[in-house]
Amino acid sequence: MTGMREIDVDVLIIGAGPAGSAAAIAAKEEGIDNLLVLDREAEIGGILKQCIHNGFGLHRFHEELTGPEYAQRDIDRMAELNIPVQCSTMVIDIDPGKRATAISREHGVQVFHAKAVVLAMGCRERPRGALAIPGTRPAGIFSAGTAQKFVNMHSYMPGKRVVILGSGDIGLIMARRMTLQGAKVLACAELMPYSSGLNRNIVQCLHDYNIPLLLSHTVVDIRGRERVEGVTIAKVDQKLQPIPGTETDYPCDTLLLSVGLIPENELTKQMRVEMSAVTQGAVVDDTLQTSAEGVFACGNVLHVHDLVDFVSEESAKAGKAAADYVLGKRGAVQAMLPVKDGDGVCGVVPQRIRQYRDAAQATDVRVMFRPDRVYQNVTVQVLDGTVPVRSVKKRIMAPGEMAELVLTAKTVQGLSADGLTVRIVP
Amino acid sequence: MKRNIVIIGGGVIGCATARELSAFEADVLLVERAADVSEGSSKANSGLVHAGYDAVPGSQKARFNVQGSRMFEAMCKEVNAPYVRNGAMVLAFDEQQIETLRELKEQGEKNGVDGLEIIGREQVLALEEHTNPEVLAALLVKSGAITAPYELTYALADHAKVNGVDFQMNTEVRRIEKTERGFVLHTSRGDILTDCVVNCAGIGSGELHNQLSPRKVKIIPRKGEYYLFDHEIKPMFAHTMFQTPTKMGKGVLVTPTVHRNIMLGPTAKDVQDGMDVSTTKEALQMVREKSTLTWPKENLKTVITTFAGIRAHEAGGDFIVGAVEGAKGAYEAVGIESPGLSSAPAIGLYLAEMIADNFELKKKKKRIPAPTRSKPFSEMTNEERLEAYQRDPAYGTVVCRCEQVTEAEVRAAIHRPVGATTVDGVKRRIRAGMGRCQGGFCSPRVMEILSEELGVDLMQVTKSGGESRVLIGRIEDEKPEGDDRHA
Amino acid sequence: MEKTFTCINCPIGCQLTAEVDGDQVTKVQGAGCNRGVAYAKQEALHPTRMVTAVVNVPECELPLSVKTAAPIPKEKIFDCMKAIEAAQVKTPVHIGDVVCKDVCGTGIDVVSTRELP
Repeated sequence: MTGMREIDVDVLIIGAGPAGSAAAIAAKEEGIDNLLVLDREAEIGGILKQCIHNGFGLHRFHEELTGPEYAQRDIDRMAELNIPVQCSTMVIDIDPGKRATAISREHGVQVFHAKAVVLAMGCRERPRGALAIPGTRPAGIFSAGTAQKFVNMHSYMPGKRVVILGSGDIGLIMARRMTLQGAKVLACAELMPYSSGLNRNIVQCLHDYNIPLLLSHTVVDIRGRERVEGVTIAKVDQKLQPIPGTETDYPCDTLLLSVGLIPENELTKQMRVEMSAVTQGAVVDDTLQTSAEGVFACGNVLHVHDLVDFVSEESAKAGKAAADYVLGKRGAVQAMLPVKDGDGVCGVVPQRIRQYRDAAQATDVRVMFRPDRVYQNVTVQVLDGTVPVRSVKKRIMAPGEMAELVLTAKTVQGLSADGLTVRIVP
Repeated sequence: MKRNIVIIGGGVIGCATARELSAFEADVLLVERAADVSEGSSKANSGLVHAGYDAVPGSQKARFNVQGSRMFEAMCKEVNAPYVRNGAMVLAFDEQQIETLRELKEQGEKNGVDGLEIIGREQVLALEEHTNPEVLAALLVKSGAITAPYELTYALADHAKVNGVDFQMNTEVRRIEKTERGFVLHTSRGDILTDCVVNCAGIGSGELHNQLSPRKVKIIPRKGEYYLFDHEIKPMFAHTMFQTPTKMGKGVLVTPTVHRNIMLGPTAKDVQDGMDVSTTKEALQMVREKSTLTWPKENLKTVITTFAGIRAHEAGGDFIVGAVEGAKGAYEAVGIESPGLSSAPAIGLYLAEMIADNFELKKKKKRIPAPTRSKPFSEMTNEERLEAYQRDPAYGTVVCRCEQVTEAEVRAAIHRPVGATTVDGVKRRIRAGMGRCQGGFCSPRVMEILSEELGVDLMQVTKSGGESRVLIGRIEDEKPEGDDRHA
Repeated sequence: MEKTFTCINCPIGCQLTAEVDGDQVTKVQGAGCNRGVAYAKQEALHPTRMVTAVVNVPECELPLSVKTAAPIPKEKIFDCMKAIEAAQVKTPVHIGDVVCKDVCGTGIDVVSTRELP
């Protein structure tokens, strides 16, 4: 009979989606053998398993893959490297001492004592309730991801006549997915005056199927006692408030919500690390270390990404850093330079950059952020105090596409102690 | 086949009455219109166990509230339902309101309520630091408590069931006819003949009463809307925080739940349709605005859901509990609005004793105790978790991440004496789906377990019975709907 | 004949207008760069799309995710879906295994994107 097992692990990685997988591979390649990846699902791959559409891997593999194919690349590599992964395991508690309690059907209760922890739990979807959309609470309301799971992992259709709220990529992808499987998608309503999805998806998921995209619109009522019978969509003003008199009723049996992703940080908060209200993830330095030594965060749990390729890249960095931490290979830091959101910039990651005593330890730093609205023909500027140290011209920037720029190792080592600000200059 | 006693309505009142009657030698059937018990007013209310200072002295509300409030803790313990005596406060922001507090205190003492004290501003803020600093005084109600009204209703139903009460769901009583043979209940599933009928039909109780009694009543459905926040280790408020009451009711309150969520609400709006529990923009806005009087720093960032409940307000303003006037053998609990939940133990006992007396029912020598409920996994220590797992490996699979509910508990919810047969039934019994992701992660898993346990295809699983199927078909069954699909 | 579409190459999403004469595009308006011009020509004359879907596999709880190995003519999307629906698959399946050969006469196969042991 399995008793409570106390297990020492050098690097514990929570989540075997693209983030956790990349971190594990990097940690192993850096020389850690005693590592373990835990995942709550029965199979590795995270959300990619249900993302059967293509568009993944263009940057990383220079080919366009579907989600499962992208995941398989990491699955194969992890198998090659003999990286231990324990599936169907839920981490239910973790503490600042890096003790993680997990439970699984196969192993019972396990307490892992980790030297380093990589948090890669991904994100969840914002539900209808959090938006307080008025109306009834019948069957037939799904977050787009849950509907996607039913369709792509179970082969069930959640509905026949569908309205979608939210024109982010998940909503757009599901518009097409449902249509191809015989549903009628009546409209995609989007609160903002612009879509946060890729143009490619607007064209190939909405235009291709004559599904109207209603910008500056939102759902103001849901009706139907047991099952959705219809929703009311209204136009919104500049303050995003519904305009009376613009209400239109859409008889339907399904409402899909694609209204925001929220990093799943319950465990992160248990570790009492510093959190960012903007990204809703941990505050990290450029090695993805949180405010706690030996605790790293990467992927969607840190900040919601658009491209899985960048998740992999970021997480590889985190995995390597976790390994270096355990192996004592981390360079001595001379200063931690804060990075702040300037005009037009939302959620810069990392929020701190390490400056090393030994310049040879420095690496290039990729800074990522989102613009607060659509910009055309602007310059992204990084200021060291008040001095510009990097300027990049951007023809177009949109909140739906995470922006990034690279600060070279040399630049980083030459920064003053004033701290950096990233801003958009028109 | 003639029944002895049929209870109409599986809310907290019907189930409390069923449970009390199950102490007697009698054939008892409870019929419920929905697919499960606790689907009406009992599932969506503030969950408060009122002390009883608010009811008019001499009224049935006062009598049953105070008695019920005194019985509540023991009853919850006996049936394994949650109960927290967190205390309440009624806040006063001006002199006139302070005067009202004094009146409430006096009224409460007249009703027999103990532990009422008027406290000053400093004490209020010392007890509840997030209260609006403009508060002047408060009535501290030490016996105020909270429960989870649906968990209680399920627990009462289970206890009644193991002691012989039959439950029949999906049975709507449309008409009651008094004949020489007894009462004929014309239901959506055929006729039922019974000696004794007990009308605990909540929002529908007025209609049924009027079919039986020459003295007519009028039920005015009164809707109340709420915000529910994510739970935290230490909620912003420990006490249930009232504002000084008005004619429409006890006003918007800020209260913790037994699961450490904060809840704001309710409003009170009379509606035409007793089944209308939709939320509205106006009422939710009102809840937000009014609750800031108590909690000025409230921000809606961690709201996880909103909901509405319905109350059966009787035009006369009081409960109508007892024998039905002009219909021998018929009993009722009509117009059960606040403090209905608090009164449930007392009403159940009163009706049962009255019925037992009139029908000369023999008391059973022994009653089977309520089914024990394991401690929720989410509250267990690691040692307890290990032990639970060793007993049942299904504890090893966490189904609901947000509320830490395991597969073992989902299955147990389905196997309870009055077990869950729907997604909502599982949700309200063991909280899977009540957390911050509102079922986004767990609902496919809960549905799979329901499908397995009930022996039905995943497609047949419903949210709350009836036509509320979650899925509409399998992929291969769906054909594209016509050719206006692409440009 | 005039055809209009949104360019998909970057977030600007230029609104493109292509003048089509028979099987030639004689003019493209609205493109902000050369990629847009090329896209307009393709979309106007031979729009193609990738199709991704799932196939039920007997005795397998998890359906098999599949894709067209290359983009197929846009007008064949729904026929392609029908062909995918009718596909018979037996485990084991590897990524790249052909599920529908030469789907709808396009010369393009539908292949597995999942490993199903």
